[in-house]
Amino acid sequence: MTLKPETYPAILAKLKGLTTWPALLISNSSVAIGGFLLLFVAITALLAPVLFTVEPTSMHPIDRLKGPSSGFWFGTDMYGRDIYSRTVFGCRISLAVGFSVAVLSVSIGLVVGLVAGYFRWLDAIVMRIMDGIMAIPGILLAIAMLALAGASLKTVILAITIPEIPRVVRLVRGIVLGLREEPYVESAISLGTRTPKILIRHILPNIVAPLIVQGTYVCASAMILEAILSFLGAGVPPETPSWGNIMAEGKSYFQIAPWIIFFPGLYLALTVLGVNVLGDGLRDTLDPRLAKQL
Amino acid sequence: METQPVTPREPVLIIKDLAVRLPDSAERIHAVNQVSLEVFPKEILCVVGESGSGKSVTAHSVMGLLPENQLKTEAGSISVLGEPIIGASPKRLRQLRGNRMAMIFQEPMTALNPVMPLGRQIEEVLTEHRDMSSHDRKNRVYELMDAVNLPDNKNLFRSYPHEISGGQRQRVMIALALALEPALLIADEPTTALDVTTQQQILNLIKDIQKNRDTGVLFITHDFGVVAEIADRVIVMKDGIIVEQGKTENVLGHPKDDYTAMLIDAVPSLIPKSRPANPGKEIAISTKSLEKIYKTKSLFGRRRTVKAADDISFDIRRGETLGIVGESGSGKSTVARCIARLINPTAGEIRVNNTNIAEISERAYRPLRKHIQIVFQDPYRSLNPRQTVGRAIAEGPMNYGLGRAEASERTRTLLKLVGLDTDAMSRYPHQFSGGQRQRICIARALAMEPDVLVADEPVSALDVSVQAQVLELLKTLQSKLDLAILFITHDLRVAAQVSDNIAVMYHGKIVEHGPTKTIFENPKHEYTKRLFNAAPGKMWDFN
Repeated sequence: MTLKPETYPAILAKLKGLTTWPALLISNSSVAIGGFLLLFVAITALLAPVLFTVEPTSMHPIDRLKGPSSGFWFGTDMYGRDIYSRTVFGCRISLAVGFSVAVLSVSIGLVVGLVAGYFRWLDAIVMRIMDGIMAIPGILLAIAMLALAGASLKTVILAITIPEIPRVVRLVRGIVLGLREEPYVESAISLGTRTPKILIRHILPNIVAPLIVQGTYVCASAMILEAILSFLGAGVPPETPSWGNIMAEGKSYFQIAPWIIFFPGLYLALTVLGVNVLGDGLRDTLDPRLAKQL
Repeated sequence: METQPVTPREPVLIIKDLAVRLPDSAERIHAVNQVSLEVFPKEILCVVGESGSGKSVTAHSVMGLLPENQLKTEAGSISVLGEPIIGASPKRLRQLRGNRMAMIFQEPMTALNPVMPLGRQIEEVLTEHRDMSSHDRKNRVYELMDAVNLPDNKNLFRSYPHEISGGQRQRVMIALALALEPALLIADEPTTALDVTTQQQILNLIKDIQKNRDTGVLFITHDFGVVAEIADRVIVMKDGIIVEQGKTENVLGHPKDDYTAMLIDAVPSLIPKSRPANPGKEIAISTKSLEKIYKTKSLFGRRRTVKAADDISFDIRRGETLGIVGESGSGKSTVARCIARLINPTAGEIRVNNTNIAEISERAYRPLRKHIQIVFQDPYRSLNPRQTVGRAIAEGPMNYGLGRAEASERTRTLLKLVGLDTDAMSRYPHQFSGGQRQRICIARALAMEPDVLVADEPVSALDVSVQAQVLELLKTLQSKLDLAILFITHDLRVAAQVSDNIAVMYHGKIVEHGPTKTIFENPKHEYTKRLFNAAPGKMWDFN
């Protein structure tokens, strides 16, 4: 009869009855695998000053374009710099960019989306601006902004954040549009609850789960975007060891020294995979309605 | 037991000692246990029970449609025309479905393919299972459409599901089910999503089918009115077990089991009780020519206006209930939402405490909001899943400046008043049943100490026994607090029992308005007559 409304609380009650949240998260294999990959990269980034074998910026002209060996684990580039040490330090840039962009765009997108979704009259204006931003390819917009502001880690983060914001706004607005019509929000209105309180107490807590999931996807796409920008020479300054920079420098030597591109590429792929798998797992655990659909 | 039909025949469906196991995390072990039943040709067997009674699981087991990873058939046998269903290969099951047994579902919109013309959907079944020429097939589809009284079938053949009404969609579903002339038709709450007048037509159609063909019907429902209307025999289920079965008139008239008796007792009667008039009391709320018009603006297309509520005028005195009845789309919810100022009326007056609240601004209205509170239909969506019950009830009074301690004291009092334990305060909504949640919603509304309570289908989502308790609660509260209640419902039985006065709405207008007894005994308007006539089980006097 009334199966639909019953399913969600029933499942939630079941989940809560079974385990605590951390145990529940780990019991999901996607979360475990994704989390493990990400943890690996995060530890590498944290311990980079300990893990590195050769100073990442020091050049060894004798050992130029050497393949992987016991001295240079991932080989060397055309200046004789150690790829392993550079890749290990590159983790820091990628994670810094990924997380900063995710946090920034999710928080800005949340506020804008809440406002656009709740206030009808603002909706049209805000969403047209967002459509405008989305109409420009993210990379082009980022390159243009970097050309104006000059390349540095901060400007890269900002340049990637701006094109990501509309995606978060759209998500939040969509959910808010639905929640605004929920009877419990209408009840709050008729109880005389003021609008800011309705937004914070009744709407926000019910957006958090999908927002965390969206955050992981933004994080993954920001890492790729950063690598692309660096690869195109528009990203962080070329002397900084970021994965994109290493790959950009290796591109002309690809046929004789493929390891220059292979290892940072592998790290990038595994990190992005880890973040995405984690995101899928989080979505399944945080929103059981999607996962348990028959 | 009773004498069999004059010509004793083999049953089309035999279920013996069926047991289906629930997942380990569920609150009971079996979804259904020791269920045995038989359906004979030309017979309608109703399986009736409240939510969670296992009636749908029984129906789905027969079709071989149980979600295998969650529900496991543990014991028993099911046979359709002598052929076992449990253990049959998926291929054989597919052949049996449609050919020997067919099912119609509650929601015809989701059961039909939205991107395929209706005629083609019926034709597809014939293509799959029968060797017919395309000309014969088409004629057969027209025949089937005629059989379920679908008008203008040449046109309908090419229509899509969204282009026809809910009742017509259910007819198409029935035509689909009948396409291969199955011996067994399973109907899982086929009229629950429909309006009463449409429901009546579908029930008549199913009765016709049963009369004119040899089909046996297994009919799942929660509605005793429908049972009285359609069933030859009844099976009453509770918690996965059959508690009583027998001929309809015996079960309804002389229930042997206590649970059955309680269920039947809980069905509200269609005969209104006589109520003392209370003319002396002051008017709590009154509306005059209230109007709500929806306009759709589009840049190029035609501008369309819909009058959702038109010329609505009524008074409700303190301690009095006005029931608004009508079918879906009649505008009754629009009226409720205008009164609670969740939407702004286009024109007209709403007077509370000598203030016309229809026209004042949001800011000016805020101090007056307390006077009118609303309770919604769906208790699962009316409470914020991430807010404790205590906070939910205290929210309103605290918005108007009541201190935390006083608010929590008031919450405790209210929880007791609606019949809940005070330890409910620290718990979350998902820990409560539907009926308990509706009590919480009522407590939350009453926390504001309103003069007027708008109840928008407050018991429609509840089981009949719970429904009776909530209605009783509302009655007690009303006399205790001298509340004026605006009670919106589609259920004439409920309206008959709770209302002092009734307003019948149709197409946004009140077509008839007066004391409940007068209207029920002597309906004047054509539509009111039709509506009352369609009430299921009207010839059966419950209570």
